[in-house]
Amino acid sequence: MVLLMAGALVTNNNAGDSVPDWPLAYGRLVPPLVGGIRYEYGHRVIASVVAVLTLALAVWIGRTSSSRLARRFGWAALGLIIAQGALGGMRVLLGHPALLATAHATLAQLFFVAVVALSLFTSSWWQQDRSPLDDSSSPGVRALAAWTTLAIFVQLIVGAGYRHGAFGIMPHVIGAAVVTFLVIGTGRAVRKRFGKVRGLRRWSIWLQAFLGTQILLGIGAYWVTLKAAPEAQPATIYFVLTVAHVLVGALTLASSVLLALSSFRMIRPRELAVLGLRAENSARVSRG
Amino acid sequence: VFSFVLMVFVTFAIVGCSKQGTSEPSELATKGSGPAIAVDPATAGSVTGNVILDGPPPVLRPIDMGGQPFCGKAHPSPVPPPAVVTGENGALANVVVFVKSGLGNYRFDIPRKPVVLDQQGCMYEPHVAALIAGQTLEVTNSDETLHNVHPMPRDNPEWNKSQPAGSPPISAIFSQPELAIPMMCNVHPWMKSYIFVFKNPYFVVTSKTGTFNIGNLPPGTYTIEAWQERFGTLDETVTIRPKDSKVISFRFRATSVPGA
Repeated sequence: MVLLMAGALVTNNNAGDSVPDWPLAYGRLVPPLVGGIRYEYGHRVIASVVAVLTLALAVWIGRTSSSRLARRFGWAALGLIIAQGALGGMRVLLGHPALLATAHATLAQLFFVAVVALSLFTSSWWQQDRSPLDDSSSPGVRALAAWTTLAIFVQLIVGAGYRHGAFGIMPHVIGAAVVTFLVIGTGRAVRKRFGKVRGLRRWSIWLQAFLGTQILLGIGAYWVTLKAAPEAQPATIYFVLTVAHVLVGALTLASSVLLALSSFRMIRPRELAVLGLRAENSARVSRG
Repeated sequence: VFSFVLMVFVTFAIVGCSKQGTSEPSELATKGSGPAIAVDPATAGSVTGNVILDGPPPVLRPIDMGGQPFCGKAHPSPVPPPAVVTGENGALANVVVFVKSGLGNYRFDIPRKPVVLDQQGCMYEPHVAALIAGQTLEVTNSDETLHNVHPMPRDNPEWNKSQPAGSPPISAIFSQPELAIPMMCNVHPWMKSYIFVFKNPYFVVTSKTGTFNIGNLPPGTYTIEAWQERFGTLDETVTIRPKDSKVISFRFRATSVPGA
């Protein structure tokens, strides 16, 4: 989250190009820390720390975890942070192509999601054995949560594209409507079918809470962006709202990922549920 | 899945990496049929006039450089932004007045003298600079702090160079005509200027007097445009007969400022 915040501050301070070289900064390890260089260089330092921590995490999980899924995600997170560093370097060296900056912002979200998933896979809750839940309604909560996650991810790409000038605002507004519809639908399905299942209900509540906050922040961020556009130096509220919008966007995606993963962990696939139901019926008939 | 994600981002990266490098034209001529000819000074006329802002100038949020070691010393109190600069009686500065269309097939010498854009007190001087395609732009740094020089054109190659205090000037050539190229310093993000690159010498950037004089203009009917960064553009059509001199005036309305 700190790294995401540092990245958002670089973008919002227009500081992405304040250090024209990479991996060194002004040909040195530590450049003069003035103006926008503080944001850009701070972002690089925090990213380096996160990369080292991710390496340690991947090695540690690889050596200690019995879960193949967790081990794989550990290495995937390491691969993502390395790719993200290279993409950040390309972003500096190749100027400001909107697509490259958008890709950098999107990969940041993917890395964050990978680490969030890793925290779930390594939790004692995930390791526990539990009897599976059945969801015979259509569409199922598993599918709803998966589609919602995908929609939020696409929405974050579109939002990053808007921030970096690759797209206009309309795709982001349409995306917000789609995401809202899906989150409300998923939340209702979870509440009606699994209202007492804490492992699903909590992520659904977080998801809806973050989405509501995100919509309000989005309106505020757009308003301050319009206000700031003609200004030579935007007001502090511009930085607060736009950075908060990026961070809560990441939290919205994270809660949706957690809901989707938890639903896949706890709810049986519909085909298995139907088979199970048939087996129970046959047993009941034979008992009768 | 991981490989797929990496592939997608490598594709993004390749698509994103496009413009690099610069080129220098050896000759400049306006487009038209037949060989380009030189303007005949014996028949050339001129367009003169002024640019006025109707109404009070908008109150813009001042630039606060406090907290920046050098810039804060250079400007201890907030500085009015240079987006709207007026002189007496609403005379508007930093307006680019130029021949938008109507010019025939003429050739022009590219001036050897560079156009200088200086960084003074963490501001650009001038705020708007104009030159001919192929002419040298010389960016100097008079400040005791570093800047990065970063033009963001659409039709010319984008570049970004650092210029620490005491560095020699950065010379650049824009080979393609292009209007309103934003130039900025990402170290001090309030530092913004605009570069105009024309394919002919018929342009003027107004000073605080708001006046302009476009001379040596061959006879013809022209659309003259005035561009101001906050108020947009205004057009006037003039017909110049041999040795003719026309006077026109551009009046921008202060109410058209977005966000003011």
